[in-house]
Amino acid sequence: MSAPVRGDEVRLGPPGPPPQARGRFGEFGGRFVPETLIPALEELEAEFRTAWTSPEFRSEFAGLLSGYAGRPTPVTECRRLSEILGVRVLLKREDLTHTGSHKINNVLGQALLTRRMGKQRVIAETGAGQHGVATATAAALFGLECIVFMGAVDVERQALNVFRMELLGAKVIPVNSGSATLKDAINDALRDWVASVETTHYCIGSVVGPHPYPWIVREFQRVVGDEAREQCRGMLGGKDPDYVVACVGGGSNAIGTFAGFLDTDARLVGVEAAGLGLESGKHGASMSRGVPGVLHGARSLFLQDEDGQILEAHSISAGLDYPGVGPEHAALAASGRATYASADDEEALSGFQLLSRSEGIVPALEPAHALGWLQREAGNSVPLGSTVLVTLSGRGDKDAMQVAERLTGEPLE
Amino acid sequence: MNLESTLRVKRDAGKKLLVPYVTGGLGAAWLDVVRAVALAGADAIEIGIPFSDPVMDGRTIQEASQRALDIGATPAGIAADLSRLDIDVPLVVMTYYNPVQHAGHERFAAQLVAGGVDAAIVPDLPLDELDGWGDAADAAGIETVLLAGPTTGDERLQRICERTRGFLYGVALMGVTGERDHLAGQAKVMGQRCKAATDKPVLLGLGISTPAQAAEAADAADGVIVGSALVRRLLEGGGPEEAGAFVASLRAGLDADSVSG
Ligand SMILES: Cc1ncc(COP(=O)(O)O)c(C=O)c1O
Repeated sequence: MSAPVRGDEVRLGPPGPPPQARGRFGEFGGRFVPETLIPALEELEAEFRTAWTSPEFRSEFAGLLSGYAGRPTPVTECRRLSEILGVRVLLKREDLTHTGSHKINNVLGQALLTRRMGKQRVIAETGAGQHGVATATAAALFGLECIVFMGAVDVERQALNVFRMELLGAKVIPVNSGSATLKDAINDALRDWVASVETTHYCIGSVVGPHPYPWIVREFQRVVGDEAREQCRGMLGGKDPDYVVACVGGGSNAIGTFAGFLDTDARLVGVEAAGLGLESGKHGASMSRGVPGVLHGARSLFLQDEDGQILEAHSISAGLDYPGVGPEHAALAASGRATYASADDEEALSGFQLLSRSEGIVPALEPAHALGWLQREAGNSVPLGSTVLVTLSGRGDKDAMQVAERLTGEPLE
Repeated sequence: MNLESTLRVKRDAGKKLLVPYVTGGLGAAWLDVVRAVALAGADAIEIGIPFSDPVMDGRTIQEASQRALDIGATPAGIAADLSRLDIDVPLVVMTYYNPVQHAGHERFAAQLVAGGVDAAIVPDLPLDELDGWGDAADAAGIETVLLAGPTTGDERLQRICERTRGFLYGVALMGVTGERDHLAGQAKVMGQRCKAATDKPVLLGLGISTPAQAAEAADAADGVIVGSALVRRLLEGGGPEEAGAFVASLRAGLDADSVSG
């Protein structure tokens, strides 16, 4: 098969494996939700099982990904950055999709499922606002009512995305409870859903939540990795990159990327937010510092105290500011197939500027963590001369204001 | 006698059952609140062990949980406090699964036993995920109460009825805990469905806020659970006396109703 090129039709790869019985990825996953939600999750699972093997569904999804979202996205060879870092850097350009991040892939799939289930209302949580914007976009496209829950802290730091969602016809509900960030937005979305489940689809934005969400979202995101693998092989004379790197909040862009490379020899690296530093206790590194627990419907790794109370995460990037991670990542770490590292706020800011100046591409702060990690590790744990694919999960417009304030110490006029 | 037997005896004697909910560790006088609630005629008392992310709870219980956590409430501390209680009313803890699994099933169950607790409600641990905790609780003699919701189908309801211990918790509305102006339309239907499905005691809970609502809901079941309406009074500064008076008013509402038929 020839490598996908922008302007082509999207050709979906074959479906990936479902989780094991009871929605498990190894010892992680599952369905830990109030009884009221169980029938809806069973319905969603059944609907997805049928849809995902149905040629009509797959061709409609593929059509939306190409005709609406602008896929396939290219893989860009970063000549100047490669020279600076001494490793060959390839970027999978999810920043070039409609709405500016990989989130649109998942949302279009879930919007199709919503329509199949005959539901008229969607709810979503959002951190950085990218998933909220993507959901609001799909809701506008499909004529669905859309409510987005967003932590009050994030409403503040991602004001542009709040306006975008409203422009798209969605209602944004600020969430003040707890840390007023992504975790709390998910709590309130679940609370809404317990009341509205008969008419409403909960469009979860990452590979988190109760079964079947981690599976569904991975499958809707695997197009990232499936495309990138073929594109890399086209560029690398049939070879795979040595490293495949993506940032990890809940883990959807990473799992979508990894899905395409699981059967290759590439080393898979997920990069979490180290915030103010792993030792500071103010970070979002649930893979390195979390312990097994159950939150938001799944067993996975979570930051928590000695009594099992969930801790607040911290990151400069709203999209990585989450004290947990998707269960399949926990399983990939346990099996050793993927490894997880972290980059702190400063390293992310550095990656943010480095890519902007060297390649003319302003990354979102989330994937800037993956770039910051690479900047630190190139020539260290990543040998010079390696080939590294980094998923650029989104573009940085949403973060420009915040970074400007951070760098100049003053608010932008 | 365990919780189920206690409730059965009272029910079979024609009494409507009343189970108020108190957030554990909410203020220095919280055990006095529990005592007052017991004296005012509770048939069992639900003790909330606060969790940082209570997704089945509305504003009132969220706030109470946060306040209790802020002043240092822990599962072990609450269990230790409860062991000092000298009341003759069965205790049911309500918490979420993360603190349970974090402590370890056996250890958590042992803490409850040491605290004199009879039963546990873990709303984010549905039938399908019950095994580890369910077995440990059974072994320790802690009765795990399961919930059935308005969306639960008949076949599943049957399985829930078989597996629940203590009583069956009928979820009286679509939503989370919190006071409501009216009893949800689903409440009676839920009560009737649950009663038809099991001989175990059936209690309706969620959104039941006033003596009149309690009496109305209890008509379709064996009794009610009242949480937010009581906890709000505590958040607003009410102490044991006010808690006792409110529970007494619920008791009177239920008793008047069961006498009048
Ligand atoms: C651009 C971008 N990348 C990454 C993430 C993190 O999510 P995930 O780990 O699910 O890819 C977000 C979330 O908001 C995002 O906007």
